Amino acid sequence: MFRWLIGTIALSMMATGALAADPVEIHIGYLGHAGVKSTLSLVQQPADNDGIAGARLAIEDNNTTGKFLNQRFVLDEAKVKDSDDVAKVATDLAGRNDYIITDLPADALLKVADALRERGTVLLNAGAIDDRLREQDCRADVIHIAPTRSMLADALGQYLVWKQWKRWLLVVGSHDQDKLYADALRRAATRFGAKIVQERTFEDTGGARRTDSGVTLIQRQMPVFTQQAPAYDVLVAADESEVFANYLPYRTWDPRPVAGSAGLVPTSWDATHDQWGAVQIQNRFVKLNMRRMTALDMQAWTAARMIGEATSRTNSGDQKKVIAFLKGKDFSIAAFKGTRLTLRDWNWQLRQPILLADGRMVVSVSPQEGFLHQVSELDTLGVDRPETKCKLQ
Amino acid sequence: MWRGCLLTGMLVWLAATPASAFVAYVSNEKGNTVTVIDTNSWAVTKTIKVGQRPRGIEFSRDGKFVMVAVGDDDTIQVIDTKTQEIVDTLPSGPDPELFTQDAAGKTMYVANENDNTVTVIDLEKRARLGDIQVGVEPEGMTISPDGKILINTSETTNMAHFIDTTTREIVANVLVDSRPRFAQFKRDGSELWVSSEIGGTVSIVDPVKREVTGKITFEIPGLRNEAIQPVGIGMTKDGKTAFVALGPANRVAVVDGATHKVLKYLLVGQRVWHMDFTPDEKYLMVTNGVSNDVSVIDVAAQKVIKTIQVGELPWGITIAQP
Repeated sequence: MFRWLIGTIALSMMATGALAADPVEIHIGYLGHAGVKSTLSLVQQPADNDGIAGARLAIEDNNTTGKFLNQRFVLDEAKVKDSDDVAKVATDLAGRNDYIITDLPADALLKVADALRERGTVLLNAGAIDDRLREQDCRADVIHIAPTRSMLADALGQYLVWKQWKRWLLVVGSHDQDKLYADALRRAATRFGAKIVQERTFEDTGGARRTDSGVTLIQRQMPVFTQQAPAYDVLVAADESEVFANYLPYRTWDPRPVAGSAGLVPTSWDATHDQWGAVQIQNRFVKLNMRRMTALDMQAWTAARMIGEATSRTNSGDQKKVIAFLKGKDFSIAAFKGTRLTLRDWNWQLRQPILLADGRMVVSVSPQEGFLHQVSELDTLGVDRPETKCKLQ
Repeated sequence: MWRGCLLTGMLVWLAATPASAFVAYVSNEKGNTVTVIDTNSWAVTKTIKVGQRPRGIEFSRDGKFVMVAVGDDDTIQVIDTKTQEIVDTLPSGPDPELFTQDAAGKTMYVANENDNTVTVIDLEKRARLGDIQVGVEPEGMTISPDGKILINTSETTNMAHFIDTTTREIVANVLVDSRPRFAQFKRDGSELWVSSEIGGTVSIVDPVKREVTGKITFEIPGLRNEAIQPVGIGMTKDGKTAFVALGPANRVAVVDGATHKVLKYLLVGQRVWHMDFTPDEKYLMVTNGVSNDVSVIDVAAQKVIKTIQVGELPWGITIAQP
């Protein structure tokens, strides 16, 4: 009888224990686009899970922390094709998640932001680098983790000027995003005192990126294309469309380094980055995903970690509290860049150092020494508060 | 009378001898070496080749060995202090960085960055006793003066984990600012200090209540806020004065142990990491990661008196009797 009593007590204790242990669940959606772009270099071809893989690692990291705080993070993944109604898919995802990490082109992202406006779902833009999303088209419910084109261009510009490579030969692709990148590079040249000695356009005449006798032809084309340029220090290529930039290194008429979309590339992350504890996340990522970590993976990781960080700091599953903390002055996130990352409160862009990598090594990290700023040196990268066209609403 | 004279004479002679010589071992993260420094002459007496990426370094409690975590070789190497040669290795988990020992010098606890674990090692048997699951990227390690609680900090989880050394289970988790790197108890056990590299603060934790009761912040005129990244902490035995290494701020902050007010900033080398006192507490030596040197601070005068060139990217330091 006595033994039975103890049994009951133990049982009831277990039951209450189980009740108290129900974790707070935080649901994060991930909305990506189906299909990956074709790159000139085979090793740069993005994986199908580019981006999502980073978010998954962040969910693991959040859950390791969450088990100490009785919080559990869940990732809800969706992909849209060009033919899908992105607003509908997003609305569906928003029904189950308070936050959605997006990897969408600018127009699709704006469609989603406007469709979800009334619901109060917060979007974390991990994929789109367009400045206009932080400027004239900015939205109060969109937080930008991806750096902007102008941040990337400024990071490169600062380094080239520091290196005293101030005369640039600018080669621009014929697609819209190439032109936008060229705009950002021109702006960087003006800001930091470089001179674009000449501009050339590389027309995309179509054609396959993989051929069996490609090198022979390219070796003849590229020197000719870069012939008779005025004296320059560095060739800066704007080719987001992956049409020609990676053909340029070692093939320019004059022996000059290449930067921009090939050669020395500004990026938020690189698989070779190992400073500031980065080797730890690189190892965790490879272990989980069996491949190396890309910039998009890192941007998605940071987005999901920001939610994790704000959730642990507020010790709350309440989205309003979490977002208030994220947008408050006490928020910062550590992301293996040697400094804390914070949000620009005029357009919710994440401030971040930008790596300059050549595919084998990280060559430098901007902002460069000597580029000073009254608030944060990270604000020497990209469009600053006094110049912004953003009116948050 | 004569005897008295002699005794007095001897005492005077004793006092006049220069600060008793200690020996400092400095781990050089990139150089894959350990630099040995004589604290009497402040000269480098030997450079010992060790494994890949040496960081955490500490004397064994009996002073016979120096143990150094060589992270990229996934082990801890043991240096005999007599021969100054590597004589053994310890079975740490993958990528050991910092470690601590119990007062008896029998048990060692190692933070394994890659595994989210703390490994427990029996130092006599050189055997691995088990692992404790902690937060993401474990780093800082220390034991409470009574030996009952092991503290581990996790850099991405941003916590100080309180681990019962008997049961080897986590009994409390205290959230601190971003990227906690180092933890240190006051000798009387009344406070636990935890430095947060990215958060830019030192949290003061009440070890009984297990909550943050105060925060030390740093401000250096003319220096951007983001450059202030607290890492190593050193506290005098009486708990009255503390020193905090501020990383790329290239300074060590002198902090009043009682009021937690910053008294002054001492300019040292670039990216200052860790520190240790000479056993007589006359001097504090700090490692400067980027400028490849060690600064010597006169503790009483609170002044930097000397800089000693060491190996590439010095990281950890431990000092004891030779």
